[in-house]
Amino acid sequence: MTYSIQQLAYIISTALFIFALHWMNTPATARKGVYAGVAAMTIAILVTWVQPGVIHHGWIVVAMLAGTAVGIPLANVPLTAVPQRTALSHAFGGLAAGLVGSAKYYLWLSEGPENLTAFRMVAIILEILLGFLTFTGSLMAAGKLQEVKWIPQRPVTYPGQNFINLGLFAVAAGLGAALAMNPTAPWAPMLFPVVVGLSLLFGVLLILPIGGADMPTVIAILNAYAGLSAVAMGFVLDNKLLITAGALDGSSGLILAIIMCKAMNRSFTNVLFGAFGQVQQLKAGAEQKVYKPETPEGAAQVLEQSSLVVIIPGYGMAVAQAQHKVRELYDQLKKRGITVKFAIHPVAGRMPGHMNVLLAEADIPYTDLVEMDAINPDMPQCDVALVVGANDVVNPAARTDKSSPIYGMPIIDADKARTIFAIKRSKSPGFAGIENELYFSDRTWMLFGDAKAVIGELVKQLSGGSGMH
Amino acid sequence: MPRSLITRAGFVLLSLAWAPAAWAAVPADSTVATHAPVGVDFWSLLFVFVLASFIGLGVIRRVSRLLHTPLMSITNAISAIAVVGSIIVTGADYPPTIRALGGVALFASMTNIVSGFLITDRMLKMFKTDEKRGEGGHA
Repeated sequence: MTYSIQQLAYIISTALFIFALHWMNTPATARKGVYAGVAAMTIAILVTWVQPGVIHHGWIVVAMLAGTAVGIPLANVPLTAVPQRTALSHAFGGLAAGLVGSAKYYLWLSEGPENLTAFRMVAIILEILLGFLTFTGSLMAAGKLQEVKWIPQRPVTYPGQNFINLGLFAVAAGLGAALAMNPTAPWAPMLFPVVVGLSLLFGVLLILPIGGADMPTVIAILNAYAGLSAVAMGFVLDNKLLITAGALDGSSGLILAIIMCKAMNRSFTNVLFGAFGQVQQLKAGAEQKVYKPETPEGAAQVLEQSSLVVIIPGYGMAVAQAQHKVRELYDQLKKRGITVKFAIHPVAGRMPGHMNVLLAEADIPYTDLVEMDAINPDMPQCDVALVVGANDVVNPAARTDKSSPIYGMPIIDADKARTIFAIKRSKSPGFAGIENELYFSDRTWMLFGDAKAVIGELVKQLSGGSGMH
Repeated sequence: MPRSLITRAGFVLLSLAWAPAAWAAVPADSTVATHAPVGVDFWSLLFVFVLASFIGLGVIRRVSRLLHTPLMSITNAISAIAVVGSIIVTGADYPPTIRALGGVALFASMTNIVSGFLITDRMLKMFKTDEKRGEGGHA
């Protein structure tokens, strides 16, 4: 009877999880989704906790309190730090799966070897492989995003890297297969930690060659891995709730990764094994091109005269924390009856949807945040395109230059606007190290300086001009 | 509104319809799920996995692109359903070393649940339309 109630509760919990994700389809209902998710999780925890098999409560209480104590500050990080928080939580997810898998293996080894069937051993091996590689891989990603000193930001490559990585994984998988076939062999308890160690190492090596521009895809892939490791745990523990919830997470990560890859015109394998950012410097010194600088005064005058302004934000806006100044600029332009839209490229920033969250934080209505495909047809009518810390996503080389590493990537057609202002911190190339042709177009004017300071200056010019202080 | 009411009613009916089925399907003596029986039906688990993945793909595909960051944080929280496995391992009558592993896993899952849901809600609160702007004031 208890079993029936438990299963029934798990079914309700699954349904609520599906509703939670369903309600995310529009910002209007999205918060309801959070409540559904919380309800589902609460049901799952309580029903599991009251099971007759759970008899020690002290450790559970302590672990849950500790988790809550760490979770609350993690939920209150600045929104610019959301990518690294997300990576960190993938690491936690992977760790949990890996540890439960290990615990179950050693438990059954000593207390019921008949439980270690082939199918279940395969599930355990998958769980620890995915769990532990997600753990270290996500820690590496979080470190890179947080710009931790001893983790290199730039892609690290060396000869034979892919060979070594794939070879390592093949060895880990091979040893795992040997374990799955002989789970109770005398050497098995010794081999198990070796497999764990190899997958921990593989996670590090996998992320080492990945640069910042690829982070949105990599975070999405790690998201899928974290979900799939929960699925594997479900197979190990014979628990369908784990399988369904893990599958929802896994498919979410998969879809996001596909969207990110499409937005960069690259494949999974290319992202994971392509070591982007190394292809630079091919054409350095070809010809000396000159930037045309503009002053904030001049730019403000042009902005005032326009009727449609499209702002194109990129990671540089997040770095400079310029989103609040951008809002002030938005307000100044709106006050003059100028239409202002934001053009959002899917891979702008360091994780999917990064720009939307930053702009929403700055109180810009989400109805003015427009996707790339929706805004591009309007770009020829646009009077001013203002590029704030974006680079590759507006580089016309993606359309024209077959030798460019970003050739074929869909871009926001900033170059089609009547006037382009690009805010840039320095005269050096962007993160991917690729020269941006947009900056040398005869309709482009450069505003050099920190994005926050430059936009602040524009706002000052505009508010001064209209007699407001 | 009426549409969401219908959905809700349908969901409740569906749950009720399943209850007796679940009751009837399970023999009364299978009370403890911590020690799963050896003869687990893995095919039905695979079945569930495949179907859940298709549901996931269908639902996630329609999530607003505006909300991809909150989507990622809410799925973080949802995949922390690993908490279920962690509770079983931590609380069962197992050797202390095994339970300690479960305890760490439980800590990690709980961190994800708390921070995942809280930060999702925090971000979603910020998404406003033009009319609603100003009502809540600036953060």
